[in-house]
Amino acid sequence: MSTSTYTAAASVAEAVQALAGGARPIAGGTDLVVGARGGKAPLPDSLVAIHNLEELRGISESEGGLRLGALVTHTEIETSETVRARLTALADASAIVGSHATRHVGTIGGNVMNASPAMETGGPLICFDATVTLRSGSGERELAVSELFAGPGSTTANLDELLVAVSIPTPAAGTGSCYVRLEYRRQMEIAIVGATSVVTLDGGRVSDARIAITALAPTIHRVAEAEAALVGSDGGEQAVRAAADAAAAASRPISDVRGSAEYRRAMAAVIARRAITAALARARGEHVPIPASPALHGATNGGAA
Amino acid sequence: MRYEATLNVNGVGYPVEIEPGRSLLSVLRSEVGLTGSKEGCDDSECGACMVLLDGRPVNSCSYLAIQADGREVTTIEGLAAADGELHPLQRAFLDQGGVQCGFCTPGMLISAKALLDENPQPSEDEIRLALSGNLCRCTGYSGIVRAVQTAARELA
Repeated sequence: MSTSTYTAAASVAEAVQALAGGARPIAGGTDLVVGARGGKAPLPDSLVAIHNLEELRGISESEGGLRLGALVTHTEIETSETVRARLTALADASAIVGSHATRHVGTIGGNVMNASPAMETGGPLICFDATVTLRSGSGERELAVSELFAGPGSTTANLDELLVAVSIPTPAAGTGSCYVRLEYRRQMEIAIVGATSVVTLDGGRVSDARIAITALAPTIHRVAEAEAALVGSDGGEQAVRAAADAAAAASRPISDVRGSAEYRRAMAAVIARRAITAALARARGEHVPIPASPALHGATNGGAA
Repeated sequence: MRYEATLNVNGVGYPVEIEPGRSLLSVLRSEVGLTGSKEGCDDSECGACMVLLDGRPVNSCSYLAIQADGREVTTIEGLAAADGELHPLQRAFLDQGGVQCGFCTPGMLISAKALLDENPQPSEDEIRLALSGNLCRCTGYSGIVRAVQTAARELA
């Protein structure tokens, strides 16, 4: 561990000032500290802790949607009734991040800025058209999450910018959503392959569809061909299969310790199909447990009630 | 550079002077002198280092001690009563065969305590899920799950 200087910021302005001076932010530390201890990257030389900043906390209704402060934890997301009802795929995702311990300290801001192509909340955020608010000494700017991810572990944010909030517009009536990952174990896991689906039904036909793939490319991204295969259809088996196959066809996975590229490609359509099917079921008002992953994989101990 | 901080561990304030990169686990064991919390994987995978931070479970191997400045930490040493009488969870772990080598036990007990604090009457599935961030290589988990069920009944 190499950190030599540390400050606990008393305000966002102070945190932003520290970033301009070369410090890196730390909230829960679940990626940063684990990464350092695992030898992935040493701790930054200078850290500014933001975990005490009240103005970065809380989930609130804002104009046209929900605003999640950067320090909102995965536990807060998975237990928020509003998120579960309105942004179900995001609840699916946060509910399976790490373990209970990870979810209590891991934040949405850290999860997004860590920019892992295998992280769980990215697909739902992209499909829900979420934006981030980045603040620096020169002011604030809004950026779509889809434009934030630049590559594995890298974002388009500048080093002097702090993510202060994630904003998510309210989906149209008749929308159902789901995030599913392929996992080897229930906790302390990250997607081997993941898929998000957000679908809107209007009069029994799919009027809008968003499908994103996770851990299948350098960044989490939507697949236009998969969405096109679903829009206008009745959401039947044939359309679902076509959409899932299109999502899989867009994958460019790597081989790593958690799975080979070949295996990931083979599983991509399966996981995408489960996500799309469950999103459609939710859009029709059918009950699919949160998190969806264990239930859809046929687990008998389906997990959280 | 070293920084001054105060860790409130099991209700006692401990002033410490620490490098900012130090983990909470290392400071608890080496500076505070409470060695009940264990280092297993040192990577947030095994849960042997689990402590409560402001009442919530945290892997202390992967949390910076300096960020716990002024906050409440509960370690395994804080579970028993001041007179040494074991917490019902501790007794149940002994009675139900939830302990063999004992290395994972402090973390298991902390996770179990966090669960029962939040959900006093958990189902078996809920117990298994709450403990799935804690690895045990001896017991096969059955005794541990039974122990948590026993303690939950006793605490009800």
